[in-house]
Amino acid sequence: MTAFFATDTGIVILTILKSLALIVPLLIGVAYLTYAERKVLGAIQLRKGPNVVGPFGLAQPFADALKMMFKETIIPAGSDRILFMMAPMITFGLAVVAWAVIPVNDGWAIANINVGILYILAISSLGVYGIIIAGWASNSKYAFLGALRSAAQMVSYEVSMGFVIVTVMLCVGSLNLNDIVLAQRTIWFAIPLFPMFIIFFISGLAETNRAPFDLAEGDTEIVAGFFVEYSAMSFALFFLGEYANMILISATTTVLFLGGWLSPLPFVPFTLIPGVFWFLLKIFACLFVFLWVRATLPRYRYDQLMALGWKVFLPLSLFWLVLTASVLEIFGWLPNA
Amino acid sequence: MSRLDRTASGLLLREIVAGLWLTLKFFFKPKATLNYPYEKNPISPRFKGEHALRRYPNGEERCIACKLCEAVCPAQAITIEAEPRDDGSRRTTRYDIDMTKCIYCGLCEEACPVDAIVEGPNFEFATETREELLYDKAKLLANGDRWEPELAKRLELDAPYR
Repeated sequence: MTAFFATDTGIVILTILKSLALIVPLLIGVAYLTYAERKVLGAIQLRKGPNVVGPFGLAQPFADALKMMFKETIIPAGSDRILFMMAPMITFGLAVVAWAVIPVNDGWAIANINVGILYILAISSLGVYGIIIAGWASNSKYAFLGALRSAAQMVSYEVSMGFVIVTVMLCVGSLNLNDIVLAQRTIWFAIPLFPMFIIFFISGLAETNRAPFDLAEGDTEIVAGFFVEYSAMSFALFFLGEYANMILISATTTVLFLGGWLSPLPFVPFTLIPGVFWFLLKIFACLFVFLWVRATLPRYRYDQLMALGWKVFLPLSLFWLVLTASVLEIFGWLPNA
Repeated sequence: MSRLDRTASGLLLREIVAGLWLTLKFFFKPKATLNYPYEKNPISPRFKGEHALRRYPNGEERCIACKLCEAVCPAQAITIEAEPRDDGSRRTTRYDIDMTKCIYCGLCEEACPVDAIVEGPNFEFATETREELLYDKAKLLANGDRWEPELAKRLELDAPYR
């Protein structure tokens, strides 16, 4: 059996199996994230949230999915049919593809590549295309405005996100996500790089178009933004993509700042628990903050969003990058030096 | 606040953290949701719900066809026709309420000298067709029979305030 998995076909089959082992729980996670979102928002607003379908409403995501599947997919008359159908697939595909490099446990990544973090950055930048194409192909004013907003927003926040990642790179001396986690054995980067952690998380909110930066959807201003014209499964793909991106950003935050699969306390009762558990726990914590922030903050105005990205985050992350580099150089803490 | 103070409080996300703290406190509070079909709010004895025509304990219907309710009804939802019965007493031959016209003001109930027409505690009488909401005498009397124990209790509880 092991010999078979070393052959060329074996490797392909093994990778497919590994991908399934990641994608299936991810999709279930996405389904239950929508449920968790409704529950958390409900609880904060003194409601109960979904509680009718199944015990505690646990079957609600499946009921919603079934409903989505039986709806009619409407393709607007003036739209570019091919691009219109491609956009949700691109968005969803990219949200899933990025997961290939995320290490769930020590070395448990589908592709443990040396430029893992660059790969994630590249894939999340490509995510803009799905949105722009959706806005353009719909041939609708609202969709187009939403796409424009979203593109500008994602580009702006990627810059400061890049600086944050460079700071972490300086401390680790590697772009491999596995090495980044292992470098946090002594202390999680969230503590020495606390401001960068916060900037990264807030940029992550903007990057995934989540409240308070959900201007691309902006229900009250531009109806639903880039996916106004979408219905049924094509809409569901956007929805799944958005939530998969949320989980992805949470996983990236966990890997970069919260010590990935490492246990919070490095001694026996905690180190015995498998790393996957800690990894998931940290992701859940991040996701809760995503939902919690959505329940708390109102939407930013567009100029505020841009001002925050370019006038606050960019100088701040640049300053902190220079500061970190100087401190590492002066004290001789640079890795691989 | 000085400029420095404002900048510091902005950079430290003071207000956002305060807001998050507030919502977190709400997260753990008991929920206000009423699980409606299974749980219901208590309603006042004066609640004006679905109409009913009551009977005396001996089974004789109360309504004497005085038509005060028909006269007072601001929505003109009530239609009454009457003629003397074989035993010489005045009774209605027709007593219709168009529930789609009714505004549930309760004036019919106030006007009735014999407490015959009343508005009961029932508010769950949605129907699938409009025709089902055109109540006739039989339907109203049936309502009265169905809700009588509660109707009597409500009248008694509300009597001191009449």
